[in-house]
Amino acid sequence: MQSAIAVRQLTKKYDEGAAGTFALRGLDLDVHPGELLMLMGPSGSGKTTLLSIMGCILTATSGSVLVAGTEVVGLSEKQLPPLRLAHIGFVFQGFNLFPTLTAGENVELMLDLKGVSAANASKRARELLEQVALGQKYDSFPADLSGGQKQRVAIARALAGDPEIILADEPTAALDSHTGRTVMEMMSNLAHRRGRAVVIVTHDSRVLGFADRIVKIEDGVIAAADEPQLAPPALVQPNQIHAGVGLV
Amino acid sequence: MPPLAQRNLFHDKVRLTVTLTGIVFSVVLIVVQLGLFLGFTAATSNLIDHSGADLWVTSKNVPYVEQGVPFSERKLNQVRAVPGVADAQKIIARWTQWKRHDGGQESVQVVGINVDDRLERPWNVVEGRVEDLKSPDAVILDELYKQKLGVTHIGEVFEIGGYRARVVGFTRGIRSFTTSPYVFTSFKNAQDYTNLRQDQAMFILVKVAPGAQLEQVRRELLDHVKDVDVYTSAQFSRMTTFYWMFTTGAGVAVLIAAGLGLVVGFVVVAQTIYATTMDHIREYGTLKAMGAPNSYVYKVIMKQAAISAVIGYALGMIVSSFVVQGSQKGGAAILMPPSMVTGMFFLTLAMCVGAALVSINKVTRIDPAMVFKG
Repeated sequence: MQSAIAVRQLTKKYDEGAAGTFALRGLDLDVHPGELLMLMGPSGSGKTTLLSIMGCILTATSGSVLVAGTEVVGLSEKQLPPLRLAHIGFVFQGFNLFPTLTAGENVELMLDLKGVSAANASKRARELLEQVALGQKYDSFPADLSGGQKQRVAIARALAGDPEIILADEPTAALDSHTGRTVMEMMSNLAHRRGRAVVIVTHDSRVLGFADRIVKIEDGVIAAADEPQLAPPALVQPNQIHAGVGLV
Repeated sequence: MPPLAQRNLFHDKVRLTVTLTGIVFSVVLIVVQLGLFLGFTAATSNLIDHSGADLWVTSKNVPYVEQGVPFSERKLNQVRAVPGVADAQKIIARWTQWKRHDGGQESVQVVGINVDDRLERPWNVVEGRVEDLKSPDAVILDELYKQKLGVTHIGEVFEIGGYRARVVGFTRGIRSFTTSPYVFTSFKNAQDYTNLRQDQAMFILVKVAPGAQLEQVRRELLDHVKDVDVYTSAQFSRMTTFYWMFTTGAGVAVLIAAGLGLVVGFVVVAQTIYATTMDHIREYGTLKAMGAPNSYVYKVIMKQAAISAVIGYALGMIVSSFVVQGSQKGGAAILMPPSMVTGMFFLTLAMCVGAALVSINKVTRIDPAMVFKG
């Protein structure tokens, strides 16, 4: 099976201090479609750097990173945004919703970036919010939503681009355990029912049970990798996803 | 595109108010200063521009209309004899003293004309008639200067240069650039008021015959009449305007003030748009992380600037129109021709868009990885 993300001998050096600092030192990793992978590790271990490089947000110093079959190491900063837009959806710890836009408009924004017409974007945004059980919150502003609802809007927004890869940075950190569990169930469904490759950086031990594989990073290298607990699920290709497929 | 620019702009009402205040202040300041410049410019050459003449014959080296030097009125016949001259009239434009009833003296510019002719007649007469100037000692002045000259109504009698002067009419909007109002009277009266000899005039105004070449007639006049300069009305108007506006520095000061308005507006708008951008910098980082190209983010910021410009311009022009209206009753007219109304729109837009470029420079350098930092 072709990896959604294939990382080989990845090195990232930050030019801080006289000698510079290595955040990643020759790291290898594969993330498969339909897999929910969790990245763990202490602060400064390099997991967020790895997530940023896999998300085409940060450029690597050396090595190889194939995202949806495209080599991203060596691409210019101008070449990366289209890759992000085409293949990757992000879910952030702080939700990163646009506070002046309604929940529906937040989702529409992603569709607008993808070039979807305003009329179709509105219809599609409503469908996506319904999939995260927030159809009735279409016109609500983020300030009027709970933390869990905000994160569900963020997930709907990430899905609006129909990406093969979902990258999430501490998606449950700002949520209570019940809400965190709901969000993780959604992430799990994205991987197992919709065939997305889902990578989650987390410190939250409560959510580890949702992982197919847990990769521990320390000092820029993989310190330990648990084998997948489950066989890869029967995949549903992204283009086979239809509106109305529930995530919850 | 979802209305991100509009929402960001209207979300913080206080900041929006500050931004719009800055733009309105700038628009009003520029309109007032440019309008004053145009008003002053028009006032400097009022007499020439409304003379109805094609050519002005002056003594040698007269730099502007107020600096005329008397010459023999016999030149009038020499001028009339030149081919291509349809009409020629001698006039006087000279400073002298107006004595008020309270004994106070005011400087005025007496304009002596041939009342039977069409050249250099007072315009915008709102009380009395130009023909009333044919009666003895008759003068017409502008209603703007009633208070200054101590005039309340038609029929009042004053002294100009020690001679009797009776007010027979009022004009509206004939401003003088200097503090000395124009007082129209007959040529004969003007000679007395300005202490000119009976055979002297200050200028000869020429109307060129239909079909005659203006420049050719001008050269003919220079060839046939000795010791004079001959200017087209446009030339003499420009000379007079240039003298008052630039040689004296008055116009430069007004233009500098208008430029300052632009600078102040730019700084205020740039500062507030920059602050708004910084408030939303994390959102712009998120947009970039989502895959938005820089151009998409620029569009949002530019849209904010353009909306601010349109609202600020509209409010600024409303305020300006009140200021302009108010100025019509004062000594210094502020003019706002349609070209300035249109020009100000594009200037305001350019100012706001230019100010937004400061923010765009900042957004260009956003690291989208910031979205992962807490």
